[in-house]
Amino acid sequence: MTDHSVSAPTAPTDAQAPAVVTRGLRKTFGAFVAVAGLDLTIARGEVFGLLGANGSGKTTTIRMLTGLLTPSAGSAAVVGFDIAREQESIRQAIGYMSQKFGLYDDLTVVENLRFYATIYGLRGAVREDRMRALLDELDLTPRAKQMAGTLSGGWKQKLALACATAHRPAMLFLDEPTAGVDPAARRRFWEIIYVLAQGGTTVLVTTHYMDEAARCQRLAFLSRGQLMALGTPEEIPRHFGQPTIEDVFIELQRRDDAAAA
Amino acid sequence: MSVIESIAEWRLWPMLRKEFIQMRRDRLTLAMMVGIPAVQLALFGFAIRTEVRHLPTVVLDESRSSESRSLIAVIRNTGNFDIVGAVQSRAELTNLLASGTAQAAVVIPPEFQSDIKRGRTAQAQIIVDAADPMASSAAIAGASLAGAARGAEIASGRTGRAPPLEVRVRPWYNPAMRTEAYIVPGIIGVLLSLTLLMITSMSIVRERERGTLEQLIVTPLSKTSLMLGKVLPFVVVGYVQMTVVLVLGKLLFDIPIRGSLPLLYLITLGFIVANLGIGLLISTLVGTQVQAMQLGFFMMMPNILLSGFMFPRVAMPEPAQWIGAMLPLTYYLEVLRGVLLKDVGIEYLWRDALILMLFATVLIALSVRRFSKTVD
Repeated sequence: MTDHSVSAPTAPTDAQAPAVVTRGLRKTFGAFVAVAGLDLTIARGEVFGLLGANGSGKTTTIRMLTGLLTPSAGSAAVVGFDIAREQESIRQAIGYMSQKFGLYDDLTVVENLRFYATIYGLRGAVREDRMRALLDELDLTPRAKQMAGTLSGGWKQKLALACATAHRPAMLFLDEPTAGVDPAARRRFWEIIYVLAQGGTTVLVTTHYMDEAARCQRLAFLSRGQLMALGTPEEIPRHFGQPTIEDVFIELQRRDDAAAA
Repeated sequence: MSVIESIAEWRLWPMLRKEFIQMRRDRLTLAMMVGIPAVQLALFGFAIRTEVRHLPTVVLDESRSSESRSLIAVIRNTGNFDIVGAVQSRAELTNLLASGTAQAAVVIPPEFQSDIKRGRTAQAQIIVDAADPMASSAAIAGASLAGAARGAEIASGRTGRAPPLEVRVRPWYNPAMRTEAYIVPGIIGVLLSLTLLMITSMSIVRERERGTLEQLIVTPLSKTSLMLGKVLPFVVVGYVQMTVVLVLGKLLFDIPIRGSLPLLYLITLGFIVANLGIGLLISTLVGTQVQAMQLGFFMMMPNILLSGFMFPRVAMPEPAQWIGAMLPLTYYLEVLRGVLLKDVGIEYLWRDALILMLFATVLIALSVRRFSKTVD
């Protein structure tokens, strides 16, 4: 791996601290409890999967950890920084990909990337080298001058990943990064995530795809804002007495529906 | 973070660069930014004529004398009345006024000349269609003045002495009394406030709607840099619009530019920033571009009606004057007309300039405060 690779985070963080620690993290919207007191610890360098049905609190959790939402109660630290008090330090240390494509349709691939790289503090030749390396590793070089709005789903997600990792963040938050992306592109996307993880980047990812869940080192199952299970992709089905992760998913959904009825 | 720190902070520059690239690509909006001022200028400038000249006028001259002819000449020379024909009867005259063919009539009775000769007060009548008071007021005033002047002339001719008194009215700053000289400078202000406030608010709300704001919020870009980056390009747009209206106003309407343009451009900065501040404030209040547009239009009415753009503020009831006093446009109009028409300098305009700067500072500070780097 060269110095300009996608991996090898260099953003300054407290290397001793876990990537994520949450204590009683809670978020309510009026009477609705989106996240009900979450306790979670994610180690450095883990690829951690957050699973659960729509409305189970995955996105709300990520949004609190990235500073987009203010928690109603509890506390959390990301790469050693407190989310309530040290948000600006967190922002320089993390990368984030939202469910919805958040880049500029009317800028080209390279313009979007340059914009984010500059915002993250890269300058001059260092920035241009880093951009070239990212475009190469994500196969985006032939599309550098294409308007982002005209890219198909998989390419958009790669561009979003390039922008989110321009500054080599220590921690990457990916909220359903492969929704609506074809299988080949999904596989390629996960290869890149592994490269990042091998370089020491911690990845917190939410997904609805069970094959992707199986690729994570550890999983957390959320249901109606509560942590239902935590463990490796092998441990989780055993814990619920189900043959696969998918069966766990369906079983939890069934319990949800029964509780709601 | 203060504005100065943000400008010094390099993160503002990528924001500016991005905005200019996007602006350049959005050809339609760009065309509208220059096209709308031009069209509005033509609309307002040509259509708004509160003074009416050249009313079509018919004459019922039953005197048919040299005195009646000289009175008609005096009336015609005011420029308010175009003599379009003669009628023979009252009935015919009434007909023409009712149908709108004529909007004024001069009636001179048979004994007009003989009354003058015998030293009696001769009577003549000018009938004006005053259904529209605004259209007829100038003609009415002109007619009375012309009559009085002719009367005084005859009187002094009789006595051989100079008339005892003469009042000369000097319409300063706009001697030809052209409405467009008054309206067109105002259009600069109206246009700037409407378009700037609307594009600013929509430009931020658009980022929120498309989800690009969320991606921006999780970066280390500071709130101040984010907002300045969105707003500063529109300062340039504002100056371009202003220049377009000034140049077209000069070419199409020959509006006077008597005072110092550098002074005008300088004070304009406060006005532009104040309007961008209102736009930013709107963007923190609404969720969609449609709502932003509606609020923008809502701001349009008080700006046009209460700022003194079309109607004099002194004539308004007090509450309307108070609302007018809360609009930056009210003060900017003073500046525009002061510099362009009256050639007055900062010694007369410092108060308005100061108020505009105050508006700008308070509005920007308020919207930066209200803008939250979270989405909840």
